[in-house]
Amino acid sequence: MIQIFGIDALSVLIFGPALAAFVVAALAALAPSQTLGRWTALVFSILLAILSIAVFFDYQAAAPAIGAEQFIVAQDVEWFSALGARWTLGIDGISVVMILLTGILTPLAILASWNIEDRSNMHMALLLFFETGSMGVFAAMDLMVFFLFYELTLVPMYFLINQWGSLPKAGVKYSGRFYASTKFMIYSFGGTLGMLLATQLLGWSAGTYNMAELVETWPLFRQGEALLGIDVSTVKALAFAGFFVAFSIKVPIWPFHTWLPDAHGEAPTAGSMLLAGVMLKLGAYGFIRLVIPLFPDVWLTEVMLIGVNVATLFAILSVLGIVLGAFAAFGQTDIKRLVAYSSVNHMGFVGIGIAVMAQVYAQIWAGGAGADADVQSAIIATNGTVLQMFNHGLSSAGMFLLAGALYHKTHTRDLNDYGGLWVKAPVMGAILLFTSFASLGLPGLNGFVSEFLIVRGSWTLYTGLTAIAMLGLLFTGGYILKGIRAVLHGPFNLRWRDYDLELTPAELLGMVPLMFLMLLTGLYPNWILPTINATVTTLFAGITG
Amino acid sequence: MDFFNDANLLPWLIPAGPLLAFLIITLLTNRSKLVPATDQHEYGGHHPDYGGMMVPVVNRYSRVISVAVGLAGVIFALIVSWATLAEASQLHHLGQEALASSIAWMDTGETAFYMGVLVDPATVIMLVMVPIAVLMIFIYSIGYMAHDPRQARFFALISLFAGAMLTLVVADNLLLLFVGWEIMGVCSYLLIGFWFEKESAYKAAIKAFTTTRIADVVMLLGIAYLYSVTGTLNYRDIMYNPETLDLLATTSPIIFGGWAVSAASVIGIFLIIGTVGKSAQFPLHVWLPDAMEGPTPVSAMIHAAAMVSAGIFSLIRLYPLFAAGGDPHHGILTEPLAFMAVVGAFTALLAATMAVAQRDVKAVLAYSTISQLGFMMAALGIGAYVAAAFHLITHAFFKALLFMAAGSVIHGMEHGEHHVHEHGDEHDDDHGHDERERHFDPQDMFNMGGLRKTMPVTFWTFLIGGLSLSGLPIITAGFWSKDEILADAWLVLSEYGSGAHAMVFVMLALAAFMTAFYTMRQIALTFGGEARSEAAKHANLGQGVVSFTMTLPLIILTFFALGAGFVGVPSDFPLLNAIFSPEYNPFHHLIIEALPLPEATAAYASLPDYHPKAPPFNIVPVATSVLVALLGLWLGWLIYWRKPLKAGEADPMESALGAMYPILQNRYYLDDLYERVFVKPSQWLGLQVIAFLDKGLIDAFLHVIGRVFTWLGDLVKVLNLWLIDGVGDGIPIAIFNFGGWLRRMQTGRVQQYMLLALVAAVLIGIVLALSSGAVIAAQ
Repeated sequence: MIQIFGIDALSVLIFGPALAAFVVAALAALAPSQTLGRWTALVFSILLAILSIAVFFDYQAAAPAIGAEQFIVAQDVEWFSALGARWTLGIDGISVVMILLTGILTPLAILASWNIEDRSNMHMALLLFFETGSMGVFAAMDLMVFFLFYELTLVPMYFLINQWGSLPKAGVKYSGRFYASTKFMIYSFGGTLGMLLATQLLGWSAGTYNMAELVETWPLFRQGEALLGIDVSTVKALAFAGFFVAFSIKVPIWPFHTWLPDAHGEAPTAGSMLLAGVMLKLGAYGFIRLVIPLFPDVWLTEVMLIGVNVATLFAILSVLGIVLGAFAAFGQTDIKRLVAYSSVNHMGFVGIGIAVMAQVYAQIWAGGAGADADVQSAIIATNGTVLQMFNHGLSSAGMFLLAGALYHKTHTRDLNDYGGLWVKAPVMGAILLFTSFASLGLPGLNGFVSEFLIVRGSWTLYTGLTAIAMLGLLFTGGYILKGIRAVLHGPFNLRWRDYDLELTPAELLGMVPLMFLMLLTGLYPNWILPTINATVTTLFAGITG
Repeated sequence: MDFFNDANLLPWLIPAGPLLAFLIITLLTNRSKLVPATDQHEYGGHHPDYGGMMVPVVNRYSRVISVAVGLAGVIFALIVSWATLAEASQLHHLGQEALASSIAWMDTGETAFYMGVLVDPATVIMLVMVPIAVLMIFIYSIGYMAHDPRQARFFALISLFAGAMLTLVVADNLLLLFVGWEIMGVCSYLLIGFWFEKESAYKAAIKAFTTTRIADVVMLLGIAYLYSVTGTLNYRDIMYNPETLDLLATTSPIIFGGWAVSAASVIGIFLIIGTVGKSAQFPLHVWLPDAMEGPTPVSAMIHAAAMVSAGIFSLIRLYPLFAAGGDPHHGILTEPLAFMAVVGAFTALLAATMAVAQRDVKAVLAYSTISQLGFMMAALGIGAYVAAAFHLITHAFFKALLFMAAGSVIHGMEHGEHHVHEHGDEHDDDHGHDERERHFDPQDMFNMGGLRKTMPVTFWTFLIGGLSLSGLPIITAGFWSKDEILADAWLVLSEYGSGAHAMVFVMLALAAFMTAFYTMRQIALTFGGEARSEAAKHANLGQGVVSFTMTLPLIILTFFALGAGFVGVPSDFPLLNAIFSPEYNPFHHLIIEALPLPEATAAYASLPDYHPKAPPFNIVPVATSVLVALLGLWLGWLIYWRKPLKAGEADPMESALGAMYPILQNRYYLDDLYERVFVKPSQWLGLQVIAFLDKGLIDAFLHVIGRVFTWLGDLVKVLNLWLIDGVGDGIPIAIFNFGGWLRRMQTGRVQQYMLLALVAAVLIGIVLALSSGAVIAAQ
């Protein structure tokens, strides 16, 4: 693991942003100009981005030597001994991809909010503080630390939406941002209550909070044994529900998604970028890292009244998210809400991939080795899922940057107010087209690779559901084209005659790395996929029942 | 990698030229200057004037350099293609051997997905056709787009289009084919909607993309399914590998298992549906006629060189899969083959009927494309693999020619209209002039007539293209390829009495007759008789670069429209075989090698013999194709050329067809039906999902919970206020308020004091009489 001044890279990635946040916030009091604060934030975040890239390639180079071990542990020290929680940081091929994503997106979010005049330093500080939270989640190997950072991400995001969110619409007294931020906070916080209880239950009963150890020991509490004087299956079901609800809200899995259009729609540009780009991934990451390995038996339990197991139900909900999310986006007239619903649509594919992974993982766990074809499908689907998380981070951040850029200049999010803007903003038009088509899943760009992997992986297990998901993919085209049409096509709306609608240099600079990565991943996915694939393959080979 | 010394690596470079040209034009040479907007003809006449707002117009240097870069890309592709063809011809048995290379592209567990290029006989025929056709289209575009304000963007997009097509052609697997396929979809979307200010243009673009996407998602499922069964998508591993084909033909499918079909059939039908969308077959043909909203070179690109040909090409690639489990040459069709035969034959006939009643010069050609693609699809359905590939190539040449000639006609008409416009200002009053301009349609054939005099080169080239499309015997390419389809159908029909082959034979013969008829109608209406409008009288291409670049490709393409057929003359065709096919039919000999060898497939009962003999010469199909072509042309000549229409005269078809005429003109009302059955309900559903599901159900439920808790919170708060705070805080507050109230009485007037003292005494008495609860109530 890379060391910076004798400190391991993961700790730097976690505490660096927090330190930077304090510096930037302090500068607000010391220096009258906000420019200094912006540059400080940008420089810090770029340094951290470089470090996260270095960590990624360092891991990629080291990965072949890891062998059967899944993780590279960077730190493991005494932390909260009264609870038995330790400060353990480590990465595998899945988390390192997420760390890379977080590291890249933060400076771009800072660039996207370059023009914010209102308390700019605090804004930048909160973005950096959010990076601390996300990095912590992805690097944590201790469940208590994981939970801590998981909750920590809510705080900066709440204030970003609440304080820097959208302006009130004409004729309305209050801006929707207050409603949105409160809804976001209560939704998320309410969702994690059960997770907190479940976390404590796990740690107390297994005697450790170390995730790698928990994965080994906790599933071994078998049916019939008693825990806390209650039947184990009941306890497990309750603990499962705690995690399940918390992460489902975050992903979001239909029908836990209604906080998202509000929060994304009302958040400032940088907030939306990080919300969609990073925060949603926390939920999906939680499923892959915790819920699937910890509760293999619960995934196979039949759900009451429905007659399918939990994994299948999860797949059904995901497909509902894909289809209904696409329809909802298709019905929007608000550009940011349209993009927000596209997240529900795209994260639905992540959901299917998780369901496939859970189903096969649990089958192997329950009955020894699974059928080779199923394992192959599951590996492909899981690869696709992780890659889709990365890809959605790129394309949704790009879409929100562009939608935010439009909103910032026109102060309207209503699609009917635009029209023909391509005439006056050719560069913005071209970039919007590029990003939209990446979001649509155009072959040759990033989204297609991951969606194809997921479709291929889920086809053999959930044939009918995959076919229905295609309807969602069709309407993905529908809403993307609707958005392009409303913004770029048609005669130019002369209302914007004297506006400069072209992207600012900062916005353009923010888009370039995203577009580069979208193209790179689309043309040659193997720059990143072997890292994911190695861990996923190890994961499936190492399942013990 | 050493691209120039290793022939296996050479195909990688074929798409590189146009793709690089796209990048260079987009990033470097697409420079523009701001000028006041105008709707004048010099700027293409496709843009609103925006009240003189400043708009970007590509500057002079970018104009020239973009053309140069675009052309360089295509010429590079052409040269590399020829070099590749030369290398491929060095192989002993192209087909058994092939040029191929690939790289690990996507890791999947212990294995990986390999992405690569392949040159086999199927690639070879496309490498002959595509670069030439594309180069002609590029040259033509120089003139056609010379004045467009976004000319550089056009060349960038059309380069990407060409690059995507070439990628698709050299791909060695179905996934890379799909990549090229979809990028072409996006290019066609962007180019159909190139004049994006026009409502009809962007609507057509959206329609094209959405309609083809319906098919594409099904095709994607087919690809995923094929991949999950075989673990590969490489053509050589699947289509040239009898073992895999046998596996596919004998496995039961994962869905539709109850219908007693094989996995190969289900996958096959999924993949064919992709082509039904891309190659505009019924019921997904509706996008293609609208696609002519784009600049005409784009139409040529979509209709001939790239898009729709890609659909048929993919079917040619996948043919071994479709035929696995059946034996079309003995009258046994698998489900995918039957599907293709029915859809293709039906589409060929349906589109031909619609073409008969069109007024728009490009619409006739659009329907003829749909119809001709139906020919190819039906041919594949009955196992006429060679004939389908042959018709694909000849059709591409003459259809590119026809579209570009039609574009010249339109350009000439616009030119003529502009001419009239300028000279008309001197004597016409403004009102009448505006009226005419608003209603004048330069694409309406009923406004044309007599153009053979003013545009002779266009006339002769169009005539040759049209005759080739009609299948004029012996001298045109279209005759040979169409004849071969009929010959194949006749052979199996006569030997085995196969119903499917009979249906295809009859329907295609009928469609061929109508093709000849509507083509002659089109030629007569456009070029025959006398001019039916002022614009037609003055229609011409002018002088200089525009005229030259728009004429040269037409002349070159006439060579192919006539000569391309001679590579496929049957080896037993009387007289001509001595010249063109002394030993064997060269085209047949080449392309059949793309299919698995009989020695390899013989061991598998499920697989047919993929190398049947070419159909022997038979007078029935030859006589039929000669007869339908001549009959159609003669009838068209009789009705439209011999008695030319006068201006304002109705179409003779109108009285001949009666009630059918409006139905045909309105495309059987299918577009309206789709609008009502699919588009509107989807929009409605989109709104309902938000209003009913998200807001009405989920959020409402959450808000109820929120209310309940707020209410509970309020209850606790009120209890706090009343019981605890009320008693604790109430007393001091009451005293404080009372003191404040008392203070206001210090006005300094004795009378008031006296009065107040009295009132106070009464009030104090009351207050004392009541409990502290009353004080609280007062709050």
